[in-house]
Amino acid sequence: MSTEQHIKLPEGSIEKTTTTLNLGPTHPATHGVFQNILELDGERIVSAEQTVGYIHRAFEKLAERRPLYQITTLTDRLNYCSSPINNMGWHLTCEKLLGVKTPKRVDYLRVIIMELSRISDHLICNSVVGVDSGAFTGFLYVMQYRELIYEIYEEVCGSRLTTNMGRIGGFERNFTQAAWEKLDRFMAEYPAVLKEFEHLFTRNRIFMERTIGAGPISAERALNYGFTGPNLRAAGADYDVRVHTPYSSYEDFEFDIPVGKTGDCYDRFLVRNGEMWQSMRIIEQAYRKIQDMKGAEADVYHADVPEYYLPAKEDVYTKMEALIWHFKIIMGETEIPPGEVYCSVEGGNGEVGYYLISDGGRTPYRLHFRRPCFIYYQAYSELTQGAMLSDAIIVMSSLNLIAGEMDA
Amino acid sequence: MARPVRFNIHPIQADVKDNISLANMPEGFGGDGFFTTKLSDVVGLARKNSLWPMPFATSCCGIEFMATMASHYDLARFGAERLGFSPRQCDLLMVMGTIAKKMGPIVKQVYLQMAEPRWVMAVGACASSGGIFDTYSVLQGIDQVVPVDVYVPGCPPRPEAILDGFMRIQDLVGQESIRRRNGDQYKGLLQSYGIQ
Amino acid sequence: MALTNETIKDRLITKFGEQLSHFEEPYGFLTFEAPKDLNLKVMQFLFDDEELRFQFLTDLTAVHYPDQRGRELAVVYHLHNLTDNIRLRFKVFTSIEKPDVYTATQLYSSANWMERETFDFFGVNFVGHPNLKRILNVDEMEYFPMRKEFPLEDQTRIDKDDAMFGRGPLPAAANRGAVETPRHAEEPLVPASGTPGGGQQKQDWKTDTTAGTDGTTADKN
Repeated sequence: MSTEQHIKLPEGSIEKTTTTLNLGPTHPATHGVFQNILELDGERIVSAEQTVGYIHRAFEKLAERRPLYQITTLTDRLNYCSSPINNMGWHLTCEKLLGVKTPKRVDYLRVIIMELSRISDHLICNSVVGVDSGAFTGFLYVMQYRELIYEIYEEVCGSRLTTNMGRIGGFERNFTQAAWEKLDRFMAEYPAVLKEFEHLFTRNRIFMERTIGAGPISAERALNYGFTGPNLRAAGADYDVRVHTPYSSYEDFEFDIPVGKTGDCYDRFLVRNGEMWQSMRIIEQAYRKIQDMKGAEADVYHADVPEYYLPAKEDVYTKMEALIWHFKIIMGETEIPPGEVYCSVEGGNGEVGYYLISDGGRTPYRLHFRRPCFIYYQAYSELTQGAMLSDAIIVMSSLNLIAGEMDA
Repeated sequence: MARPVRFNIHPIQADVKDNISLANMPEGFGGDGFFTTKLSDVVGLARKNSLWPMPFATSCCGIEFMATMASHYDLARFGAERLGFSPRQCDLLMVMGTIAKKMGPIVKQVYLQMAEPRWVMAVGACASSGGIFDTYSVLQGIDQVVPVDVYVPGCPPRPEAILDGFMRIQDLVGQESIRRRNGDQYKGLLQSYGIQ
Repeated sequence: MALTNETIKDRLITKFGEQLSHFEEPYGFLTFEAPKDLNLKVMQFLFDDEELRFQFLTDLTAVHYPDQRGRELAVVYHLHNLTDNIRLRFKVFTSIEKPDVYTATQLYSSANWMERETFDFFGVNFVGHPNLKRILNVDEMEYFPMRKEFPLEDQTRIDKDDAMFGRGPLPAAANRGAVETPRHAEEPLVPASGTPGGGQQKQDWKTDTTAGTDGTTADKN
């Protein structure tokens, strides 16, 4: 029988030695909705092309329609693993624009909350790196302790994940006794857990073999790619917004910046772990400073700025003055100075920046979020070039990519 | 503040009578060594206690789902131990988080890849109705592309709410007639979504 | 900290002279404006100069000012000198008819996606960009959503009572503040062809209320 061709192959497919593999956007191991189209030579990645935008929600357009105090809800949903940091960053931006000076106690309370959310963020990221390298135990183990952090949030603001915490000028209410007790308990229990978590991973042969040398980047390239946060520090550059441009009285605290060398997954893991220890240190110091406060200072939880700080609801119903301020703020009768502000905080995965242009109206004229993982995800193809297919996933999870933040 | 099961420091002895939850027997007629009941009830009983969820997590609600399936809230107690990550193997599509218009066709494709019988749960405000994101880029509820069985409100819903939604899915699954998927009404429903 | 805003300003003026304008320091943040064909030269100078070393691109975005004729779009760069820890911001204005600005991708790899995002939102055409296409929105989109004339909401929604959302004939809803610009006459009604929901948007909401349960079990629970 003649070799009649029944199967028609596309032109050039015989010569083509690479395989194209589509990862995402719903692939279970992509931790969010990104698509990576990998070009594979055997199991080695020749090139990767990322597509994002699968959860674009038009935050910036939405922010142009909302008064300042309503934008807090949007910032929650950017990086939902560490939403309080985003909330506080937004309040700091507004306070910078409005010229509000917060009391020390408010700063310290904010520091406690921000460091707690840094811990919860790094906890998820590191345990998920574990999951992706085959160690599910760590994840199940530490998730239980993340619940402790969530319970503290609940006590402070009533919500677990999308916290919408605080107001321009401070907090909506003081920390309750229960909140302090829960914080006590967390600080007593957590170090042992973190220690055990580290024991599970840091010298674990399998984990080390999987992560050392996976997705490395030099400090120079990392800076050129706009890396910030733990990923940059793992590459060896010690840039931390908390130290470089201290906000919320971070200058009062003593802590170290953990720095890695090679910028690979293992270093990123270690840097995050180190940061959790440093966060514990900061929380302890802030806790002590607050306990040491005496007199009137020991009870304030917001700045005295009635023209921007939304009064408590019970006061609105019972006091004339509070009702007037409430009305003025809600109806947009308070003066918002025109101006341009850039304010940044050290978020869970890098420098979260807020570029706010106000034209004097009650809503921002333009608000732009500097979203760290949107900026550093573009380095992904460079990080995975020449790596094995199995590294593609672990690099992604160790970069701590949050889809909501990336696509805004 | 205190939760009944938090730390298993003093484990209670296994007690078959009280601590194992047994599914209720369906209605039927029984005697020595035999039991008769409707096929629908038996199938429903089996299905509802062994659902395989397919988590389709896009944003914030996905993080709450992580908490739901992890040790603290433990979705596995409801027979959903195995999270399938392949739509071909799963019965329950749990859509958690905002679905942008760019993502809409993918939700539909995942739904189409699932085998019948399949159920869909929209977790959170965004998946149910678009939530706070009434914008040009967000799909205003996944029920515009796939039929939904249970909506779970919240932004994000607490893990308890997700569990509640899951139990409602279980109720639906348990009561469903085995003929439903062949009925004209169901076919009409699918047709209205352009699914054959 | 040796480097101050004054030093930077002096050095820039000695190099570029009168071409740079609008030096300001809002909240201590040095801000200035450059002509749009000079943006790359300014950045290169800031990058290479041994004293300035602005080698970190913090942020790149655009702002739309519909009222400024001929300079509607401003591209805003935030640069950071990590050695001396000082930041600056500079803006480039361009007309909306010909929004061509040189790309910064040769200098900063991070500019790649930020420029794509800016193109996606505002339609700024970055000349020389290796891969200038939409990044967050669907490729089929025909307009640039962050420009002020375009509405926030999806115009294809039919389940809303227009009057209650300020789009209908209700007269009281007419004055809703300056930010809510009225819809443009030639603005496309359908945001993007080929998006889901556009073609298969459910018309009949009465039959849809029981979606998924086809009315058999919805009320029993």
